[in-house]
Amino acid sequence: MEIASLTIDRVREGLLAKRFSAVELAREALRFAEAENPKTNAYLHFCPERALAAAQRVDERLAAGDDLGPLAGVPVAVKDVILTRGVRTTCGSRLLSDYIPPYDATAVIRLEEAGGVILGKTNCDEFAMGSSTENSAFGPVRNPVALDCVPGGSSGGSAAVIAQGTAAISLGSDTGGSIRQPASFCGVVGVTPTYGRVSRYGLVAFASSLDHIGPFGRTVRDAALLLRVIAGRDPMDSTSAFAPVPDYLAVLDGNVRGMKLGLPREYFKGLASETGDRIARGVKVLNRLGCEIRDISLPHTDYAIACYYIICTAEASSNLARYDGVRYTTRSCGSETLSDMYRNTRGEGFGAECKRRIMLGTYVLSAGYYDAYYLKAQKVRTLVAKDFSEAFRQVDAIVTPVSPFPAFKLGEKVDDPLAMYLSDIYTITGDLAGIPCMSVPCGTTAEGLPVGMQILTRHFDEARMFRLADAFERAGGAEG
Amino acid sequence: MKITEAEVRYVADLANLRLTEDEIGRFCAELGSILTYMDKLNELDTGQVEPMAQVLYDAEETATLRADREGSSLASEAALANAPQAGAGYFKVPRVIER
Repeated sequence: MEIASLTIDRVREGLLAKRFSAVELAREALRFAEAENPKTNAYLHFCPERALAAAQRVDERLAAGDDLGPLAGVPVAVKDVILTRGVRTTCGSRLLSDYIPPYDATAVIRLEEAGGVILGKTNCDEFAMGSSTENSAFGPVRNPVALDCVPGGSSGGSAAVIAQGTAAISLGSDTGGSIRQPASFCGVVGVTPTYGRVSRYGLVAFASSLDHIGPFGRTVRDAALLLRVIAGRDPMDSTSAFAPVPDYLAVLDGNVRGMKLGLPREYFKGLASETGDRIARGVKVLNRLGCEIRDISLPHTDYAIACYYIICTAEASSNLARYDGVRYTTRSCGSETLSDMYRNTRGEGFGAECKRRIMLGTYVLSAGYYDAYYLKAQKVRTLVAKDFSEAFRQVDAIVTPVSPFPAFKLGEKVDDPLAMYLSDIYTITGDLAGIPCMSVPCGTTAEGLPVGMQILTRHFDEARMFRLADAFERAGGAEG
Repeated sequence: MKITEAEVRYVADLANLRLTEDEIGRFCAELGSILTYMDKLNELDTGQVEPMAQVLYDAEETATLRADREGSSLASEAALANAPQAGAGYFKVPRVIER
């Protein structure tokens, strides 16, 4: 049993061939993850009791000859902004360091019903706000590929565990690139599904018009299978979509002949040479597989960052208002009045980036500025989304880099918030439009740092995105 | 764009956020430079553009409504379990009204 390179299929084969039981696998996976974790700080905490109970249920099904479920026995990690009943959920924040959720997120319920075994909760930027996982109150995560580099963020822990081999698949959340960017920095597959595809019930809210839950995996197939398990309408989330969820695995046949791919010119100008070179090689591979490559334009790309950071901070300032010392574990002591208690609890509890975003968001929503900032940004969002719907009249999928550069050094950008925001340029547009997008590994730089290729398709067309990414992976990626 | 200390204090007050003097100074500079960057949006004429508040997809307007039937919900002990201070089925907070 090669614990660090497990895939969903290998776990299944091992269970069916009785090479190991689900409980044996869970024990070994926990032992390995706990031993390896100090190198990266990717997990914040483990939940061995819950993992062993889930594994036990899989073994009982196996013994009874019952249907095993698509994720039977598979070790899973869950970002610590997704609620797990009875298992601490901190959101990477001091404010919630002792918070024990009274219920499970729908995605968590579905993955456990499918036989998944949750080993623990992964580190992330505080309330998912950041692009490097350096904003966690519990210390940064190190990139398993290069320990002096960040893993990306905000789902840095969920990407790192896949690269490190301490989970087979994981759940992250994405508001402006928080799944795809860490996936690209760590050299794994990360998927942001269509807005509404996966229920957000039990996802701690950051920016509600942009928040997604999505999967990470070592292969396109594993990420696609995890998405199929967690996707679909949920009565507990009125923004979850009714659209039927197709069998993504059925389309992974390697055939992408005749698929029309658009390369938006705005995403390639001024691109760091190594990243640009790897993506160009990747595009060549796709061309050789029979895809038709077209030059396209997404003319409002340049406005997306300003648009995104107005909308997300406005929504965040509203969503984070609930952490006031009344309901959620932490209260500043010694405040005489209710108002002082609110202010002191929030002032002491939130980290620098959360405060910055609360301040920005409150400013852009404040009297006299609403029209100039928030409403203006919502109108520009319409233009960004329209760029995509027009592009999809000419092409079936869009291919871009995920990030302008590979993983950067810990501490390198931490003092310059605007520079950190600008690094999200290629990922936020997909969130603004609400379309599915993913990162698939596309070679490494001379220093050995992974580069990710982003694929974007029409609303609810994850199947085509997976077909293309899988064909690319089978062809050997950028080195194919 | 220049953000004054008074503006930072005003916004922090709206947000119920206690800031240190050091933080107030830092936010003057940081918010100023970030908001200057955001002024970029004014290059675009959006007079005829509808705002996008949500990602829209095709579903009937009533699709998200459900029958008005009682369902299960969290027990009050469970909802109160994470409260810093609770008692008699309530969240406890500092006194708000003087008798």
